[in-house]
Amino acid sequence: MNARPVIQLIDVRKSFGSQEVLRGVNLSVVEGKTTVIVGGSGQGKSLILKHILGLVKPDSGQVLVYGKDLSRISGRELQEIRMNFGVLFQNAALFDSMTVYDNVALPLRERTRLSEEEIRRIVTEKLEMMDLEGSENKYPAQISGGMRKRVGLARALVLNPKIVFFDEPTTGLDVAKSNEIYRVFFRTQSILGYTAVIVSHDVPKILKLADYVALLHQGVIQDCLTPEEFQLSDNPVIKEYVETTMGAIYTSEILEEEDEKDRY
Amino acid sequence: MLRLFEAIGGFFLYNVNQLGRLGIFLFVSLVSIFKPPYKVSPVIKQIYVIGSLSIFVILFTGAFTGMVLGLQGYNTLKKFGSEGLLGSAVALSLIRELGPVLAALMVTGRAGSAICAEIGIMRISEQIDALECMAIDPHKYIMAPKFLAAVISMPLLTAIFDVIGIFGGYAIGVGLLGANEGAFFSSMYKDVEFDDIYMGLVKSLVFGLLIVWICSAKGYFVHLERGGGFGAEGVSRVTTTAVVLSSVAILVFDYFLTSVLI
Ligand SMILES: Nc1ncnc2c1ncn2[C@@H]1O[C@H](COP(=O)(O)OP(=O)(O)OP(=O)(O)O)[C@@H](O)[C@H]1O
Ligand SMILES: [Mg+2]
Repeated sequence: MNARPVIQLIDVRKSFGSQEVLRGVNLSVVEGKTTVIVGGSGQGKSLILKHILGLVKPDSGQVLVYGKDLSRISGRELQEIRMNFGVLFQNAALFDSMTVYDNVALPLRERTRLSEEEIRRIVTEKLEMMDLEGSENKYPAQISGGMRKRVGLARALVLNPKIVFFDEPTTGLDVAKSNEIYRVFFRTQSILGYTAVIVSHDVPKILKLADYVALLHQGVIQDCLTPEEFQLSDNPVIKEYVETTMGAIYTSEILEEEDEKDRY
Repeated sequence: MLRLFEAIGGFFLYNVNQLGRLGIFLFVSLVSIFKPPYKVSPVIKQIYVIGSLSIFVILFTGAFTGMVLGLQGYNTLKKFGSEGLLGSAVALSLIRELGPVLAALMVTGRAGSAICAEIGIMRISEQIDALECMAIDPHKYIMAPKFLAAVISMPLLTAIFDVIGIFGGYAIGVGLLGANEGAFFSSMYKDVEFDDIYMGLVKSLVFGLLIVWICSAKGYFVHLERGGGFGAEGVSRVTTTAVVLSSVAILVFDYFLTSVLI
């Protein structure tokens, strides 16, 4: 890896009461690349994101973003780091007493000095990108769960962030919509070149988007590999995950290909 | 036995902790008021929510408080043959004491509970986390306009309460019971001094701060509540506590402010 890591988790541990959730997580996120975190429900994927966002402090270990330890910096420095973030929460966390339009416009209004006209242009563009025209004046309670996700995505991308965090961006979307979202990710990332950290259950589709895949199991990142390596990994835990999520057929196809290559 | 000590220790630790939290919360919020950018429209919106929407209840309670003062005052003063002092008795008790305290209690019930519930819901639905992750300071964005609005609205609401109360006292004392109209107003002009107005003003400012401070901080820290602050029930519980705590704080501070200012 020649690119430098923008985010590093070093031996991060976190327990709630007697429940040990993270048991020494090590993870490096490479600049400009997409890292996908996968793993079973309740394993602590969202919790890892919350550590990186500085919302939760680890019991021990370090979380470094741009080389700075989040638990050792001042509130102002943390805020400066967060200026680079675009975040989609698992539950979208929209401001429920604001319309869809105002939700997406809020970061622009609070963080920039753009005129309302300019804000309108950008917001309309982002809403169109997420296929949300016509819902501008609805409130979060009046739109569907999948639409809320897309509003959250529009809000996360509205300031052209350097690092994006998406917690299950396509959960609750139909296949066509989630494919469209993946296309949007691909397009925006190739334009903006942001670093992406995505938590997803959408294996194998998400692997097409991923540069690196990390599997969280039993409070430890088993390994962080490229999608190809991931699918062929010898690690028994990863092997089992790949088999259960993609089916034995998927792996055996590749193995057959390998076999064929070997034959020649 | 050991468990008893543990419980007592836990209780004190929790409360010392909470006090520290609340103190830092107040400090950070007040400092954030002075940080740019300065936006007027959120403050006006909060003045509407905290101030304008409370006017009706203030008018109503103010009128009845004044009326009962007129009634009680007239009958008591009559025993001493000094009905002529009714005007100053009604005005002084309203301006120095009842106006600020009752107006503050009314605002606690109306706006304080609303503030606490609003912020509590924002906390449990991760909206505050979302703000923080967007590098928007929740203190600046949510709390600062509320503090400013309270400091602006409370004295005005108190003034409305006082004026309506004095007219209520006038209506009952002079209109119904037949006290002398001239004496009512002249005693009032003579006895009410700037110090009295000043005391009322200081009290209303402090109470305004107290209400917003306690109610918004309680909502803001709902997730850290002892015994778990979860979901709708957590918010409802913390709202009740916030209203009770603000009311108690208002009465306690009233005593100390009076003893300092008198
Ligand atoms: N604030 C908290 N208090 C207590 N336990 C918590 C808290 N936050 C998370 N946990 C626990 O941490 C574990 C991991 O939670 P997390 O939300 O990170 O799971 P996840 O991997 O994102 O799962 P999913 O895929 O279902 O979203 C869960 O078992 C949860 O009970
Ligand atoms: Mg999750």
